[in-house]
Amino acid sequence: MADLIEFAVSILGEEELFLAHYWNEEIECMPREKLRVLQEERLRETVSRVYENVPFYRNAFDKIGLKPDDIKSLDDLKKLPFTNKDDLRDNYPYGLFAVPLSEVIRIHASSGTTGKPTVVGYTRQDIRSWAEVMARSLSCCGANKNSKIQNAYGYGLFTGGLGVHYGAELIGASVIPVSGGHSKRQIMLMKDFGSTILTCTPSYALHLSDVMKEMGVSKDELCLEGGLFGAEPWSLNLRNEIENRLGIIALDVYGLSEVIGPGVAVECPVKEGLHIWEDHFLAEIVDPETGEQLPAGSYGELVITTLTKEALPMIRYRTRDITRIIPEEGCSCGRTHMRIDRLQGRTDDMLVIRGVNVFPSQIEEVLFNISHTEPYYMIYVDRREQLDELEVWVEVSDEVFSDEIRKLESLEREIRKEIEVVLGINVKVKLVEPKSIERFEGKSKRVIDRRSL
Amino acid sequence: MPVKQITVFLENKCGRLASVARAIGDEGINIRAFSVADTTDFGILRLIVNDPDRAYEVLRSRQFTVRMTEVIAVQIPDHPGGLADVLALMKEAGINIEYLYAFVTKVSGDALAVFRVENIKEAEQLMIDKGIKVLSGEEVYAL
Repeated sequence: MADLIEFAVSILGEEELFLAHYWNEEIECMPREKLRVLQEERLRETVSRVYENVPFYRNAFDKIGLKPDDIKSLDDLKKLPFTNKDDLRDNYPYGLFAVPLSEVIRIHASSGTTGKPTVVGYTRQDIRSWAEVMARSLSCCGANKNSKIQNAYGYGLFTGGLGVHYGAELIGASVIPVSGGHSKRQIMLMKDFGSTILTCTPSYALHLSDVMKEMGVSKDELCLEGGLFGAEPWSLNLRNEIENRLGIIALDVYGLSEVIGPGVAVECPVKEGLHIWEDHFLAEIVDPETGEQLPAGSYGELVITTLTKEALPMIRYRTRDITRIIPEEGCSCGRTHMRIDRLQGRTDDMLVIRGVNVFPSQIEEVLFNISHTEPYYMIYVDRREQLDELEVWVEVSDEVFSDEIRKLESLEREIRKEIEVVLGINVKVKLVEPKSIERFEGKSKRVIDRRSL
Repeated sequence: MPVKQITVFLENKCGRLASVARAIGDEGINIRAFSVADTTDFGILRLIVNDPDRAYEVLRSRQFTVRMTEVIAVQIPDHPGGLADVLALMKEAGINIEYLYAFVTKVSGDALAVFRVENIKEAEQLMIDKGIKVLSGEEVYAL
């Protein structure tokens, strides 16, 4: 096997071999016309199945006089009603399931910030499909059966841990199911076990690199080659930071439990967008206000229809995630599945400050661009005398610290000006001590909204 | 010959200064001179101690933002106009002073001041040429 790889490298060069690393080449590189036929067939099947088996969908279709037969091609997609997170809550816990519970072999739930969690179920076939899309996704960052995958996503009701786990097992890699937390132990295991792939949230990957620094462990002592990071939006600069500090290729994986979990879309090594696994998921971008479909290239809310899900099919699910479809078809990696841009934020993360839409990711981008500033920050929103105020707290790193007040003040001023240029509104910037902003091992919290409306 | 100064970033929060002083005090490190510069949001504590390398390590390990800077310790004649004379010399030579502060202790009846300048070597040479005593790091730490 090693000889074979060496031979392939000698012909192709290392980079091409890496790019050509598919899990399921037939599907991943399927010609678009053929993919469309597959999608339309699966869409028709899904629509008639939900109409038969889920009273919620039957009522929603009947209300607008829509029959399953009206959906013939992908162009008819826009006739279908949307499904929202609230619909899942209103039908808590199993109301939207399309199969009897005897067919369900797994239940996950996403934490609800208010009230009840969102419950999702999987049949045996759903778990297989999920493992398939995760195997494809992990293969993008170089995973194969020789890999040792340190899975630092949380195991439990959250889909991250088990989603990666099943995909990694399908590939035949050695999974290290360490789950989240215990950073020092994570680093010890990474070193001793020779982990080659790390999977966790991007902010946790960065935190691990901080802890490595504290422990005096250099990236050269590790065997890491790649990482698949997701569950929260992250900037390109954060990617560079993670890649440099850990000496890996860091790719973005996208997913949400309502649709399946991680593995809905993933970046390939070309890093020009995330391929949506279109044989399982149908994507559209809509205007979050009007619900109108938007053309490729326009930013809006990502809407997903599942094409193979059995237990919990989703018709036009409003993800609340903001992105765009990349208009250029075809990718130099050879995969034909369409790409979405990196996530820009969430419609519900979006802050409206004095009438201006603000995404925390925009502020994060600025902080990275001002060189050396470590990306630990917190955004505070207050309302004083009917006026919204935005204050950004930024930790001072050793690299930017100066013994001269004026240099720190000019750093503060630079950050403030840059943010104001990007957002178009006034902000306050406050430099704070390192480690004074709370670290998160799951999804990080970047905004504290103290406005009482 | 320059003296090593420890600089610590302090958030403008109750007890921060005390925690720095306690951290190095617990390690038996003695403060020779210090100054605090502050804005509404944050402050900078500058310290001259008897063991700067160890103070740096102690503060780093407690996760303070710390920086080591070189400064010069100048012996100022303790009479009216003593400081003015030294400053006049620097002004004539075009040496820009970022900041300065005084020592807690005196040496042989004279005062001691810490100067942070852009070009340390030039400032040192100037003082020596003009017959003004500049203390070495070792002399300062041993005070």
